[in-house]
Amino acid sequence: MGALETSSLTLGYNGTNIIDNLDLKIPKGKITVLVGANGCGKSTLLRSLARLLRPKSGEILLEGDAVRSLPTKEVAKRLAILPQGPTAPEGLTVLQLIKQGRYPHQSWLRQWSTEDEKVVKQALKATRLKEFAERSVDSLSGGQRQRAWIAMTLAQKTDIILLDEPTTYLDLTHQIEILDLLFELNEQENRTIVMVLHDLNLACRYAHNIVAVCDKRVYSQGKPEDIITAGMVKDVFQMSCEITKDPIFGTPLCIPHGKGRRVETSKSFAV
Amino acid sequence: MTSFMTLRTKSGAFSFQLHKKTWITVLFLSLFSLFLFIVSLSIGSSFISPIDVIKQLSGHGSGEYDFVLNTLRLPRVLLAFMVGAALGVAGLILQGVIRNPLASPDIIGVTAGASVGAIVFIVFFMGTISITWLPLAAILGAAIVSTLIYLLSWKQGVTSIRLVLMGIGVAAAMKAVVTMMLVLSEDAVTTKSYLWLTGSLYGANWQDVYSMFPWVLVFIPLTFLAARTVSVKELGDDVAVGLGVKVQSKRLLLLFISVALAGSSVAFAGGIEFVGLVAPHIARMLIGRSFAGLVPISALIGGIIVAIADIVARTAFLPLDIPAGVFTAGIGAPFFIYLLYRNRNK
Repeated sequence: MGALETSSLTLGYNGTNIIDNLDLKIPKGKITVLVGANGCGKSTLLRSLARLLRPKSGEILLEGDAVRSLPTKEVAKRLAILPQGPTAPEGLTVLQLIKQGRYPHQSWLRQWSTEDEKVVKQALKATRLKEFAERSVDSLSGGQRQRAWIAMTLAQKTDIILLDEPTTYLDLTHQIEILDLLFELNEQENRTIVMVLHDLNLACRYAHNIVAVCDKRVYSQGKPEDIITAGMVKDVFQMSCEITKDPIFGTPLCIPHGKGRRVETSKSFAV
Repeated sequence: MTSFMTLRTKSGAFSFQLHKKTWITVLFLSLFSLFLFIVSLSIGSSFISPIDVIKQLSGHGSGEYDFVLNTLRLPRVLLAFMVGAALGVAGLILQGVIRNPLASPDIIGVTAGASVGAIVFIVFFMGTISITWLPLAAILGAAIVSTLIYLLSWKQGVTSIRLVLMGIGVAAAMKAVVTMMLVLSEDAVTTKSYLWLTGSLYGANWQDVYSMFPWVLVFIPLTFLAARTVSVKELGDDVAVGLGVKVQSKRLLLLFISVALAGSSVAFAGGIEFVGLVAPHIARMLIGRSFAGLVPISALIGGIIVAIADIVARTAFLPLDIPAGVFTAGIGAPFFIYLLYRNRNK
C-alpha cells in the first residue's frame, strides 16, 4: 500500500481535462518529486492529492482510505500541504504562524496542550528558526520565510507532507537549504515527502522516486537513475539534452542542448 | 514565549494560552470605557456632576435627574457603546475572512442594503406604520442585499475577491437607488433620510437598547468561539483547507455573524462609517495578531470611538445635536494616524 494512491483519477476545470484517468501510487517513507513542463498538470495533481481540488471522477486513497469519505480534519492529521507562494497576514509572528499548524489537533477546550507546545518547539528547532520566533513573517528573507511555512506544516505532525514548488523565487543557496531540510526530515523521521520541483537536476539529486507528468498522464515513474534519459526529457519537456552523471552525487545530470558560448573543454578553470 | 500564560488541567482535557498584553489592554480599555461612560452621562446641555451620576446609577439619586439621566442620556450612551462594539467586531471578522485590511461591513452590502431598507421605509411607509419598525426594515434590507451579493459571487464556492468585487458593484447600485429616492421625495423626508444615512444616536430610547442588546450578546461571543478558525483562514483558503477547515461553510457562518452585527447596529444608529474599518486596525496595533484577543479589543475600541463621537456630536454645537456619524471619522482617524506614525519605525 502506498502513502497516497489514485485510481482512475480525472481532473480538470470547466470541461477541459488536465489529468485523464490516472492510476498512481506514491511510496511511503520516500521523497517523490513531480516533474513536467509548465502547464502539464503536475501542480493540479498535487493539489488534488491534498484535496484542494475536487476530482471530476476517480478516487484518491490516503494510506488505503478514500480521502473523500474522511473528515477533513482527520485528513489534516495525516497529510499536510504547503501551497505555492503562501502569504501570511501582516505582522503575524513566526511563532504564531507555526502554532496554526496545530489546528487539526486542537479543539475549543483544548487550545494549547503540552503536546502542542512540544511539537511547535521541535518545528522551530528543525527549521533553525528559534531566534526568529518573535519576528514577523513579512520581515524575513525569502528563505527564512519559506522555512517558517515549512515549520508550520511540520507542526501539523503528519506522516505525509506535500509541497508545491517550495523552492520557487529562492536563490540557489536557499534552494539547497530547503531541500536539505526536507531530505533530513525524510532521513531522520521517515516522513513521506511529495513535491513539485522545476529543477530537474535537483529533483534527481533529492528524489527517490520521480513522477514525470506529460500529456494528461504519467509518462514514467521510478528512480531518477532508471528513468531519466535524453529520450524521456525530449518527450516530457520537448527539449533535447545530454544526460551525464553528477560528478559529486552520481545522480543523473541533464545538460540541455541549445545555444550559448563555447570555450575549450580540455582547459580547466582558473582556480 | 514569556508573554504567554498557559492554563492546563492535569488530565489535559482543558488547556488555554493567555496573552498577557491582551489582558492588560482589555483591562485598561474597560476602565477607560467606564470613565467615558460616567463622563458622557454627566455632560450635555446641562451638567450633572459625576458624583451625582454615580449616586443615581447606584440607586441613591435624589430623583432630580431621573428624566435627563434615565430617559435621555443612559439609553443613548449604552446604545453608542453597543453599536460601536458591534461595528468593530463586524469589521474585524470581515478583514479576516476577506484577507484585506481595507474590508469593512460596507463591502458585503450591509450598509447599502440597510440604507435602502430604511429609506424605502421612510419614503413610503412613514406615517402609516410606526417609526419603531424602521430598524426591522433596515435589518431586512441588509440581510437581503448581503445574501444577494453572496449568491451572485457563487461559482463552485465563493472566493474573497469575487465577493469584494460583487459587493462594490451592488453597493454602488444601491447607493444610486438611495440617491434617486432622496432626490424624488419631499424636502422633509429627504432631511430625515439624510440624517439617518449619516448615522445618529439622537432620540435613542430604552426600546432600542433592549432590541440591540440580544444581537451583541449572541454574536460577539459567537465570534469568540470562531476565533481559531479565523486565524487559520487568514493564511489563505488553500492553507486553511490543508489544516482541516471546512472553508466554505465557515466563511458563510462568519459572514452571517458579521452581517448580523453590522446590520443591527446600522438599523439602530444609521450609517455610522469608519468604525468597522478602523477599530480592528487600532486593536491590531495595540496587541498584534491574535484573533481571539482582537475580538474584545475591537469591540471596546469601537464602543469608545462611537461614544466619544456622540459626546462631541451632542455637546460641541449646543443646542444643535449633530449626527454622531459626522464625528466617528473625526475621532478615529487622528488616533489611527497617530498609531501608524508611532509604529512606523518598529
